[in-house]
Amino acid sequence: MANDYDLVVLGSGPGGYVAAIRAAQLGLKVAIVERENLGGICLNWGCIPTKALLRSAEVFHTMKHAAAYGLAADNIRADLDAVVKRSRSVAKQLNQGIAHLMKKNKITVHMGAGRLTAPRKLEVQNDKGTQALSAKHIIVATGARARDLPFAPADGQRVWTYRHAMTPKELPTKLLVIGSGAIGIEFASFYNDMGSEVTVVEMLGRIVPVEDEDVSAFLERALVKQGMQILTGAGVEAINVSSVGISAKIKSKDGKMAEMAFSHVIVAVGIAPNTESIGLEALGIKTERGIIAVDDYGQTNVSGVWAIGDVTPGPWLAHKASHEGVIAAEAIAKALGNKDVHPHAMDKANIPGCTYCHPQVASVGLTEAKAKAAGYAVKAGTFPFMGNGKAIALGEPEGFIKTVFDANTGELLGAHMIGAEVTELIQGYVVGKTLETTETELMATVFPHPTLSEMMHESVLAAYGKALHI
Amino acid sequence: MAIEIKMPALSPTMEEGTLAKWLVKVGQSVASGDILAEIETDKATMEFEAVDEGVITAISVAEGSEGVKVGTVIATLAVEGEVADPVPSAPVAASAPTLPAADSAPDTATPPPAARASSPAANGDRVIASPLAKRIAAQAGVDLRSITGTGPGGRIVKADVEAASRGAAPRLATAVPAVGASQPTVAAVAPDFGIPYESEKLNNVRKTIARRLTEAKQTIPHIYLTVDVRLDALLKLRGELNTALEADGVKLSVNDLLIKALGKALLRVPKCNVSFAGDELRKYARADVSVAVAAPSGLITPIIVDAANKGLAQISTEMKVLAEKAKSGKLQPHEYQGGTASLSNLGMFGIKQFEAVINPPQAMIMAVGAGEQRPYVVDGALAIASVMCATGSFDHRAIDGADGAQLMQAFKDLVEQPLGLVA
Repeated sequence: MANDYDLVVLGSGPGGYVAAIRAAQLGLKVAIVERENLGGICLNWGCIPTKALLRSAEVFHTMKHAAAYGLAADNIRADLDAVVKRSRSVAKQLNQGIAHLMKKNKITVHMGAGRLTAPRKLEVQNDKGTQALSAKHIIVATGARARDLPFAPADGQRVWTYRHAMTPKELPTKLLVIGSGAIGIEFASFYNDMGSEVTVVEMLGRIVPVEDEDVSAFLERALVKQGMQILTGAGVEAINVSSVGISAKIKSKDGKMAEMAFSHVIVAVGIAPNTESIGLEALGIKTERGIIAVDDYGQTNVSGVWAIGDVTPGPWLAHKASHEGVIAAEAIAKALGNKDVHPHAMDKANIPGCTYCHPQVASVGLTEAKAKAAGYAVKAGTFPFMGNGKAIALGEPEGFIKTVFDANTGELLGAHMIGAEVTELIQGYVVGKTLETTETELMATVFPHPTLSEMMHESVLAAYGKALHI
Repeated sequence: MAIEIKMPALSPTMEEGTLAKWLVKVGQSVASGDILAEIETDKATMEFEAVDEGVITAISVAEGSEGVKVGTVIATLAVEGEVADPVPSAPVAASAPTLPAADSAPDTATPPPAARASSPAANGDRVIASPLAKRIAAQAGVDLRSITGTGPGGRIVKADVEAASRGAAPRLATAVPAVGASQPTVAAVAPDFGIPYESEKLNNVRKTIARRLTEAKQTIPHIYLTVDVRLDALLKLRGELNTALEADGVKLSVNDLLIKALGKALLRVPKCNVSFAGDELRKYARADVSVAVAAPSGLITPIIVDAANKGLAQISTEMKVLAEKAKSGKLQPHEYQGGTASLSNLGMFGIKQFEAVINPPQAMIMAVGAGEQRPYVVDGALAIASVMCATGSFDHRAIDGADGAQLMQAFKDLVEQPLGLVA
């Protein structure tokens, strides 16, 4: 019974491969099915290669401002092909790392498109034919893809999704980005730094709409200062693609229609779960608008079938998928009789979010407005980068850190940051939040000097009127 | 190997006590069964015996210390022939700490026993809770020790405290006797008007009386029902019985007969042999009568178990032993905790009639005044009779007035036609 497993994971993205490793660690016989690249979108076409691109953009940006650091650099230019090549090689290195991890944990990899055929049964199809697998438990971790605009299907030429935007053959001269979530803003930031003329259109009233309002406002000012055009409360009504470029009909905030010309457009209006043609309907697995319904441990309504990551309710983030993978793997091991595992449901209020534009944005928990709407008596504190020695030494005096507390209990409800390296800072608050900290413990924590993290301390102090450096 | 000797729970409800007196010294050898110390609980002073033999290497709670929590290490014993560890490395079976149940202790593991033993936490086992859980519990007045944690490693988290304070908070105050002994009693600070006075520190018995009686008067709606009871027949019977039993050395008091009368009356009117317990009524199948005794340290109520079905001679003998123990502070918890109703008699002081305070969680107390000769109408003519007033106090949440009246009627009948008491 070579193809009989305790667990088969469908999809090898950051949810799937982590679930497979955790299950293997717990002694389960595990296989993973992948139709394209081990590591999924995150590693091959998402998080990691975009970070490589953004790093190039950041270095380029710094080089252009060399004089500010007392350095002289002439003839600075970007080699787009080399930048993309570096990004691809980073992805490839990590992709091979996943192959190694699968081997090390004795996880069988089946390359091909997987489909559930019956409870506990799957088949994997590739160019060599069809293979049947059976498993006591199945985790669906097939992820998601970019959502298309009905009137502007991506063609890879002029109309791009994130995937095309990651491997440009040429630099767009005039770029339209539709959608200002993390993906849209990151590409807008990258191309703006690389030298494109960028316009961002956001339907809602502010960019990065899931973030705190103060962060949205600060980021908009910063991006406009960098030369971006930002249209909020605006919608793209139609797009005409020709061989030389694009003409877009944009309805602005005040209802006026304008026809604008661009060389390229990136569509970043959200994602759609990959839940079609993997056999969910035949098994009666409950979905809502394509999103699979699960309990706190990832169990679907069909016994033995689990789902994690972007096919389940959001937030649609790689680290959320990985964490769900661990929870589901442990719940499965427990169901198979392991008494030493104690899976714990995840608290979604403690999942951080990061956007790697310039300046960076990071947050966890409730925004000030959402905390108030939820009925909390709120104490909020803000500390600016301008008041931090390390930020000034870095030449990055733009940004702030804001913390939101429940005035009654001292519970840390949320933290919101914008500025240099904040994506590396946020986890300090996430640890505190997960341990259920109050302001007292944060105030009593010694933060190292000189670091940006000192602002995390000051922000808490500011919430209680005790900030030292403002 | 060192053995930690911990403050014992001398009764099921004991939370803390006073270490009244040490009977051993550091360096002294003790054998199993030796008396180590005298411990004063909220009701009595009790002797604490050694379980293991060895040498006392340390006494960590001084004589006279009040409010010592159950589980606190009070002394350390080294097993004979071994050198005592300066820092006890692990508690031993004899004083096994209450570790969380194995299945709630996942891979993150509870702190190792060594860590517990060496941390000189003064109040017993450490409660593992998040900072936020601790703060919310303090704000809501929820005792963390009453909560089971659902976080990693059984840690108490916010959600656990919220769940506890929403619904299942242990608040059956009237049903649970002597719980919350650690709560401060009526902290009334009397103003000083310059009148000369001497302050006397309250002992635990007095504190308990204060707390329980305050609780009773504040939470129990009392109703009072008084009857006159003619005693001539009972006094006559008592004289005859005492003559008959003289050879056995038994001398019945009037009170012994009244104890039995109350026991029987409670069985005849079971609606009055109850406890009000929050959302339920406890109906007792046996009548255990608590008898108020004035002891030097304060009021205490030893119990005659199953008073209705005991012979008068047995009640009398038991009562003498219990009263003796009560006066010397030697009553064991089971001898004074419980009871389904109480009897309080102030007749010996010439008190004609009074209303007593209910002894929770009981629902009635009978207050008996002095038997005296009074002008009394017998068969339509004025005569002289021995009569006493009996007043029942009833918990009106549990007992209706008519039911209370029935109990008073039954009591009166049993006393006035006392042959029922010897049957």
